[in-house]
Amino acid sequence: MSSVQSVQIITLTIDGKPVGASSDETVLDVAKQNGFFIPTLCFLEGLIPYGACRLCLVEVKGSNRLLPACMTKVAEGMEVTTDSEKLRSYRRWILELLFTERNHVCSVCVANGFCELQSMAEALGMDHVRLPYLHPQFSVDATHDRFVSDNNRCILCSRCVRVCSDIEGAHTLDIMGRGIHARIVSDLDDAWGNSPTCTRCSKCVQVCPTGAIKEKGRRSVGEKFKRRDLIAYIAKLRGGEHE
Amino acid sequence: MYQKSKFPEPPTDDKRWHSVQVVMRKHGRSPHALIESLHAVQDAFGYLDRDALTYVARSLDVPLSKAYGVATFYQYFTLKPPGQHKCVVCTGTACYIKGMTELLDALKEKYGVNVEQTTEDGTLTLQSACCIGTCGLAPIATVDGEDLGKVSKEELLAKLEEVLHGHS
Repeated sequence: MSSVQSVQIITLTIDGKPVGASSDETVLDVAKQNGFFIPTLCFLEGLIPYGACRLCLVEVKGSNRLLPACMTKVAEGMEVTTDSEKLRSYRRWILELLFTERNHVCSVCVANGFCELQSMAEALGMDHVRLPYLHPQFSVDATHDRFVSDNNRCILCSRCVRVCSDIEGAHTLDIMGRGIHARIVSDLDDAWGNSPTCTRCSKCVQVCPTGAIKEKGRRSVGEKFKRRDLIAYIAKLRGGEHE
Repeated sequence: MYQKSKFPEPPTDDKRWHSVQVVMRKHGRSPHALIESLHAVQDAFGYLDRDALTYVARSLDVPLSKAYGVATFYQYFTLKPPGQHKCVVCTGTACYIKGMTELLDALKEKYGVNVEQTTEDGTLTLQSACCIGTCGLAPIATVDGEDLGKVSKEELLAKLEEVLHGHS
C-alpha cells in the first residue's frame, strides 16, 4: 500500500572485498563510498546518470557483457570487478577515440589543467593515440555575451544538456544530429546570444568537463575555473535524489 | 520571455495543420507525442520548417532544442523542402560492398548533389537509407518510391532522366 519502496540492505563484493549497500544505489555509488576508483566522464554528482562515455564499464560475474557502473543497480551477491586487463584496454580505447574525434589540443585550451578528459588520460596512462586525428571543423558560437560554445572541444557527455534541463529547467541546450556530426545546439540551432530560453545561469560552464563551453574574458590557456560541486549541492537542497 | 497560451495556434491557416492537430490531440498533447506529431507534419508538408517545429514543440510543452535534436537525429525527418522527385540510394553494408559509392559519385557528377541535398532547380532530392531491407537486390536505389534492384549507374541515371524530363 505504501508508495515508499522499501530499501533493503544487501551485500556484494567489489574486487573481492565484501561491501554493504542499499538496494537503490548504483555500483558506482557503492564503489566510491568504499574507496574504489572507477573512471568516469559523463557522470556528475547531482545529475541524472546518462551512460554516454562508457568509461565506467565494469565486469559483473554472470553477465557476458560489460556494464556501466553509473547506470547499474547493485544486487545481492553481485561480484563486481572494477579493474582488469580487459577493462583497462577498453577504457584506453574509449579515451583515444574521444581524443581523435575532435580537437583536444591541451596546450591552447582554456581548460588546460582543469580538464577532466585530460586528467582521465593521465590517470589511465593514455599518453598517445593509435588512430589518426579527424580534426573536424565545427564553428564556434561566441554570440552570447557571457559564454562561448566550441563544439570542437566537445565530448558529447551531455552534462550541459542535463544540467540545463533538469537543474535549471531552461533546456536551452540539446544535442542535434547523430554520430560524428552530433553537436550541442541552443534552441533551433540559433545563435546562443539570441536565445529566448537561456537564463545565463552559467551552470553549463561549471559542468563542462572540457573547454567546450567557457566563459568569456578567460582567454588564456588554463584559466577555466569551475565549481562542479555546486550542482550536487543544488540537487541535494531540492531533496531530489536524482536516480 | 515568451508566454505560452494553452493551445497555440498553427502558424498558418493551411488546412493541412488539421491532421497535425488531430495527432497531437489524440495523444493528449503529451510531450511523448513529439515524434508522432513531427511525423504528421512531415507527412502533410514534406518537411519540417522552423515554424512547424516551434508550433509542435510549444503545443506539447517540449523544449525547442529537444524538438530540434529529435528532428535532426532521425533520417526520416527533413528540415528543407524536398525536390519534386526523390532518389534514395541504399548505403547499407551489402549495397556498400556491391558498389553504391559509384551510384552516389555518378549522381554527384551529373546533378551536383550530395546525400541530403536538392538540386538548385529544386527538381531532385538525393537521400540515403541505412538499409532498405532487400540486401539480395544490392545495390538498390529507389526513384519516387519505385525500386531499382541490382542497379548500375547507367540504369539509375537513365531512370532519373526519364522521371525528370519525361519519356524521350
